[in-house]
Amino acid sequence: MTQFSRRPVLGLLAGLALAPRAALAQTPLRIEINEGVIEPVPYAIPDFVAENGAGGQYAAPLAQVIANDLTGTGLLRDIPASAHVGRVSSFDSPVQFADWRAINARALITGAVRVNGRQMTVKFRLFDVVSGQQLGDGLQLDGSTDTWRRMAHRVADQVYMRLTGESGYFDSRVVFIAESGPRDNRRKQVAIMDQDGDGTQFLTDGTALAFAPRFSPSGDRILFTSYETGFPRIYLMDVASRRRQVIGDQPGTMTFAPRFSPDGGSVVYSLSIDGKTDLFLLNLGSGQRWQLTQTDAIDTAPCFSPDGQRVVFESDRSGTSQLYVMGLQGGGATRISQGQGRYSTPVWSPRGDLVAFTKQHNGRFHIGVMRLDGSAERILTASFLDEGPTWSPNGRVIMFTRQEQGADPVLMSVDITGRNLRRVPTPGPASDPSWSPLLP
Amino acid sequence: MNLLTKATMVALTLALAACNNPRGGADYQDPMGAGGGIASTALGDPNDPASIAYFNETIGDTVHFTVDSTDLNPEAQTILRTQAAWLARNPGYQILIEGHADERGTREYNVALGARRAARVQQFLVGAGVPANSIRTVSYGKERPIEVCDAPRCWDVNRRAVTVLSR
Repeated sequence: MTQFSRRPVLGLLAGLALAPRAALAQTPLRIEINEGVIEPVPYAIPDFVAENGAGGQYAAPLAQVIANDLTGTGLLRDIPASAHVGRVSSFDSPVQFADWRAINARALITGAVRVNGRQMTVKFRLFDVVSGQQLGDGLQLDGSTDTWRRMAHRVADQVYMRLTGESGYFDSRVVFIAESGPRDNRRKQVAIMDQDGDGTQFLTDGTALAFAPRFSPSGDRILFTSYETGFPRIYLMDVASRRRQVIGDQPGTMTFAPRFSPDGGSVVYSLSIDGKTDLFLLNLGSGQRWQLTQTDAIDTAPCFSPDGQRVVFESDRSGTSQLYVMGLQGGGATRISQGQGRYSTPVWSPRGDLVAFTKQHNGRFHIGVMRLDGSAERILTASFLDEGPTWSPNGRVIMFTRQEQGADPVLMSVDITGRNLRRVPTPGPASDPSWSPLLP
Repeated sequence: MNLLTKATMVALTLALAACNNPRGGADYQDPMGAGGGIASTALGDPNDPASIAYFNETIGDTVHFTVDSTDLNPEAQTILRTQAAWLARNPGYQILIEGHADERGTREYNVALGARRAARVQQFLVGAGVPANSIRTVSYGKERPIEVCDAPRCWDVNRRAVTVLSR
């Protein structure tokens, strides 16, 4: 994998390495997620043990955030505390596996929390209840109490990785457009939240129409398009400081649909002049600019490959919107979409093997995925209006905008298997999600 | 100027622009920046054939398009020729052509489609004698529908280009 899987670790005291194990009598619990699961695996996560009084207020919320992450995958199902027979009163006491087998739990997550001032220590262990084995080593996270939810997401990412063998996606954020007001004069603000919908903050004040924010590969900057001057312009914003600047501006043109290169140093975008919309590449450091396409058609929604060598985009050069791939070294563009209907908003998966897209066919809108040669097209959703897919950091889940007829737009997520379609909670109407990488 | 005042002024600008042209988008500001960012244009008496109100209502400031098309049908061409003739009689206006799409497409495509429609109207007006340097174009894509029923009768109205005048 590329930098998308890079995962600096914060406040980690215990190592991540799995403890060496002797050959087990039983195969350890392993969830195969390639085809999705039909029956979610039951697990128990009792409230964390408060190791001092100040930790008490976090004991239940930590377990709840972790359970929400894990059960939200559709791969796992938490057994409610009311059904628990066993109790965990001390983090280091031997686990009474029979108590957890009795309620048919396959996995058990135990944890503890201690708070000293604004510092907090969270520990957890993961057990395979059936074999009575610990899965991986116990792990301790240290951080500020302000980051308690992130620490919970870190635990959930660890559990996900240990059970599926793949990196997680819970300690990540989403930028999106928060919508309000009447639909014929919509207020659209750039906003940011945790991937589970918690902690929404506005990044623009809503006086100017804004759309389609996009995360940088390191998650510290965003691009978006705003009508602040009355004309669509691309803005680059530093998320922490909220400082922003116009990029790629050229008087008498409209610029929009920006995305970062994988190294974060360049931006590919659309520029419209005299009714023609072409793709351009801008080096953020040097300010140098290259025109990538030159047609009378609409070339837009460009997205880099993870290796930065190619761009996938949509074009109506054939008469209707279709998906094309082109190398940055020239050589022209190759059409990849082959099915019926119109294809748009292609997004390259972080693994590099799939493109997610919006498809419009017979008056319905779909989110789908296909291979880079256009084969193995798989339609994942259908509604009055689905659009704008974005990939989870591990390439397993896609988030997108859904607007049902007569309703406000909402954010939805779906597995690339097509399973586990669910609403992503937002404070109000929302659109145009862009998923960050795992946070550093 | 503090931020709040600035925000209030922007909001006021939007309100004025919206009143000026109910079929247009709401974010238009005077490109010349006259009046500290507030575009102030007298609308005049709608019975006065030289007023913007007359242009908007009686001449007609809006033309419509079919799905995914930039073609100007005979009715649209008549409206634009009449606009050009009016502008020849009443010179000195800054002209903004707003291109709009219906809501049945993706966001980026619709911005590009609106740009194409606005450019088509610009070309037609220039061909009919309107000075090219007096016209600018903007696309709102599907962001500023005027009818929102999520059905064809509204989409037909929303696929449009609006000629917005200011001094």
